[in-house]
Amino acid sequence: MRAEDYSRRQIELAGWPISIETYKLGDVYHCTIYNVDPGARFARADGSTKAEAEQSALEKAERYLKQTRRFPTST
Amino acid sequence: MSEVLVSTDWVAQHGHDANVRVVEVDVDTTAYDQGHVPGAAGWNWTTELCDTLVRDIVPKPKLESLLGKSGIDNNTTIILYGDNNNWFAAWAFWQLKIYGHQDVRIMNGGRKKWVAEGRELSTEKPAFPAKTYTAKAADNSLRAFLPEVQKAVASKSHALVDVRGPQEFTGEILAPPGLPETCQRGGHIPGAKNIPWAKACNDDGTFKSVDELKALYSAQGITADKPVIAYCRIGERSSHTWFVLKHLLGFKDVQNYDGSWTEWGNLVGAAVEKP
Repeated sequence: MRAEDYSRRQIELAGWPISIETYKLGDVYHCTIYNVDPGARFARADGSTKAEAEQSALEKAERYLKQTRRFPTST
Repeated sequence: MSEVLVSTDWVAQHGHDANVRVVEVDVDTTAYDQGHVPGAAGWNWTTELCDTLVRDIVPKPKLESLLGKSGIDNNTTIILYGDNNNWFAAWAFWQLKIYGHQDVRIMNGGRKKWVAEGRELSTEKPAFPAKTYTAKAADNSLRAFLPEVQKAVASKSHALVDVRGPQEFTGEILAPPGLPETCQRGGHIPGAKNIPWAKACNDDGTFKSVDELKALYSAQGITADKPVIAYCRIGERSSHTWFVLKHLLGFKDVQNYDGSWTEWGNLVGAAVEKP
């Protein structure tokens, strides 16, 4: 098998830049969400269509991103 | 190309050679099951590349068992790759060097490049004929422990490189966006320079050229004539930078502080610098 319909793009979600990587392997679409900095994958989902996999992964990603707190940087 | 790096082309041609074992090590431990380089073993960093009772790297007998059941002996060429531009592939590389494995290399570009190039993927978990592996005693000169880091900070004997993102370095966030917070305070170890690990990579996940890497680190005063300690949050991103400094740039004295910010940022009374 080879990855088909491969795509990677950046958007902003819950105030954070993220990358969305999606590809089809066999009959399944795999979607993975990365933060842009530092580039770590932190949410993923599978689906029978690209839209289904991405929507499910983005819902998880948004939930996790909303838990990321920002703190003042002055001492 | 450096002797510790192989290309995706090389893996496509030699991944099934008798003396070669390809191993995937991912941050996301489910990634291997979504499709991997055909014939590759998959190692789970959360259970197989650490001590699951004490916070520590993999114990020697456990590593010997893992390598043996992966069909690896002391003469095998191990090719590591993984997601996030090889974060945990570098973590595995660092541990294999601690235990003295001679021929271990990283697939340049990692999982990202292999998938993006539309190369063959398999969901089958291969079985390997068991082999016997005998690891050397741990070489802890490749690793920095807390007392050494505290001493280095006090004496300014080492260059400290914080390889986390700028927002983690300043303390604006306690962990990368979307990941769980694992420390009590934000900021960085006093005196550390912030050179995020990702600056060592191109967009396709491959490492930058030696000249570009030299320029990146020397611009921040990180040169081969002073010992270096790299750290991040849990030690895997800093093993990536350790790999760059030690094996791509040839620095003699580089240590990975795997306690990293989850140790320092939780210590009662430890000095923290912000921003």
